[in-house]
Amino acid sequence: MKKVQFSGIAPPLLLIAPQMAIVVIFFLWPAAEAVRTSFFIQDPFFGRAVFVGFDNYVNAVTRSDYLRSAAFTGVFVTAICAISLGFGLLFAVCADEVLRGEGPYKTLLMWVYAIAPPVAGLIGVMLFDQHIGPLVDFFAFFGWELQTGVDYWDTAFAMTVVAAWKQIPYNFIFFLSGLQGIPRSLREAAAIDCRSPARRFWTVVFPLLAPTSFFLLVINITYAFFETFGVIDVMLKGEPGNNPVSLVYKVYLDGFRGQDLGGSSAQSVILMVGVMLLTVVQFRFIERRVHYA
Amino acid sequence: MIRTTIAAGALALTAAAAHAQTEITWWHAMGGALGEAVNAVAEQFNASQSEYRIVPSYKGNYEETLTATIAAFRAGEQPNVVQVFDAGSATIIGATGATIPVEDLMNQNGIPFNIEDYIAGVRYFYADGSGKMVGMPFNSSSPIMYYNVAVLNEAGVTPPKTWEEFRDVTAPALKAAGYVPLAQSHTPWIFTENFMSRHNLQFATNSNGYDGAEGTQLLVDNPAIKAHFTALKDWSDNGLYKYYGAGWADNQTPFENGEVAIWLGSSGSFGGLKKSVDFEFDATFLPYWEAVTPTGYNTFIGGAALFAMAGHPAEENKAAAEFFRFLSSPEVQFFWHRETGYVPITEAAYELGKSEGYYESTPLAEVGIQQLSLPGGEWTKGYQMGFYVQIRDVMNREYGRIFAGETTVDEAFRTITEEGDQLLARFAQTQG
Repeated sequence: MKKVQFSGIAPPLLLIAPQMAIVVIFFLWPAAEAVRTSFFIQDPFFGRAVFVGFDNYVNAVTRSDYLRSAAFTGVFVTAICAISLGFGLLFAVCADEVLRGEGPYKTLLMWVYAIAPPVAGLIGVMLFDQHIGPLVDFFAFFGWELQTGVDYWDTAFAMTVVAAWKQIPYNFIFFLSGLQGIPRSLREAAAIDCRSPARRFWTVVFPLLAPTSFFLLVINITYAFFETFGVIDVMLKGEPGNNPVSLVYKVYLDGFRGQDLGGSSAQSVILMVGVMLLTVVQFRFIERRVHYA
Repeated sequence: MIRTTIAAGALALTAAAAHAQTEITWWHAMGGALGEAVNAVAEQFNASQSEYRIVPSYKGNYEETLTATIAAFRAGEQPNVVQVFDAGSATIIGATGATIPVEDLMNQNGIPFNIEDYIAGVRYFYADGSGKMVGMPFNSSSPIMYYNVAVLNEAGVTPPKTWEEFRDVTAPALKAAGYVPLAQSHTPWIFTENFMSRHNLQFATNSNGYDGAEGTQLLVDNPAIKAHFTALKDWSDNGLYKYYGAGWADNQTPFENGEVAIWLGSSGSFGGLKKSVDFEFDATFLPYWEAVTPTGYNTFIGGAALFAMAGHPAEENKAAAEFFRFLSSPEVQFFWHRETGYVPITEAAYELGKSEGYYESTPLAEVGIQQLSLPGGEWTKGYQMGFYVQIRDVMNREYGRIFAGETTVDEAFRTITEEGDQLLARFAQTQG
């Protein structure tokens, strides 16, 4: 094969310039601006900035509601990933073995993905409404008085269910295509060696799904951190009150509802560093166990 | 393509024809039926003269409108007139030079202005420390007590004048009759800010914050209000009061369903209630604690005011001044009052309402004005605190925790004071 090389450094640089420009303008510049703003305290109207050093950071992490919000975010992200990955995998395994009516079955499982987060939030608001919600009546039947908007953990429960529900179809699609990519011969060979379908699944099929699972884990963590904003916003109905909020939502509350740009920037920088660390951990420690075929 | 060109040409022609008029923009936060009333007021102004034209545009809820205004101001694209709500007023009034105080605007344009024309409860809320009116009160309301007439009759009680009466007589009877005696819709507004006003208690240092942001501190860690919340928690545990969360509608709905007998809401709520319920309801003043004060004082206004933004040509400022003159005229005020349920802001408009016989046919519309016109005290003018939206969020959170049993009343008020003071100090830093 003939190798074509550029005759100088200029043409390749020129060719990657648009991409680099986009990265700089839309990612690096705002991130740098957030870091800069986080060291100042600003008057909203005139933007007169007073340098306060690390005050915004100290102030953010020492507030009781920040720690509570961080703890909630941890529980929220873990619960969403566990529920949506678990059910996604379960449904995919079931759908993989369906012989008749495969099409409608899959479509029924996938349509939820087409719902926009705020709409999902609105459906959640209706289902979990403390006065008219059918799910509230359902739980009352079992003696659980679910009070969304009043009880902290009841609201957390409702938010988690809605946010996880919306993500299940996405995981379902990927797990299903992952399952269908496993060669039939491999499964047949496994079936000869082992009678237990559960054991076959965990020792043969699941390891082969590892690349898909790892990809989905990364995507789901990002979803739970950032994209659940719409669901939370709609379910809070404009009044955070004594309800759980995720760290991302708190950045919005303090910055845009409360006009405290410095404090809000400091929180977003903390979040940025946290997510970066999490990503490093994922790739260093989890990806090592993933075998790409 | 041709069509687009023609349309663009036609648009350009209209623009040229209208050029002689001075056009000003008005950003507001009134959606739905209230938004229609805003548009009607703007249309009336535009029809009343030919020199000026005001264009209202809806910018989302109160918080969103303020955020949009700040972003626009920093980009030099601010509207001429903007509606800012009570909790955001310290932010905009504190930004000296961002707005033209109403009094100055009127004086500069030769329009007579007398603060005494405005009704007592409205007069000084959007004023600065020296008592100069900065924002023109626009949609003003106050919390009042609504009750289900049939339910109170059934239980054999009358609407309580004091919280002592509620505790000893009204609430036990209503509970025995099978109802939730009490709910309310905005704990920071009704049971904190207006609690302080109704009992003439100081809410914050620096004259409730009017004397400047520097060193302003909350005074809510006070025995009277703590006793009130201790009583509320006790009532909540014994089925005499129910807290349905921080959402406004979540607390109003059970009253509309007939489960709750007494509901504390806005003086402007009666219009909506009339449409949503089929039972007879009435309203009266908020109760007060006789142990704290022998008679109740006037409450504060809530709602929002209009501010004239600086940085516009003199001609546009003149247009804004003319609009404010039009808006505060008795006829327009009466129209707004009748359409929306908000109280009229001037004595003249109130008199007009009386002479038209409006309060004979709709006595509910007068309750808010009467309560705002009650004798005032030293601490009943209002309050002005920066980052107040966040302070309210802290209050809502802590009150929610009290009723959920996650914290004690003492602990909650200590937290509110501590975190509120931190926020006030941060705000003072931004003003420095």
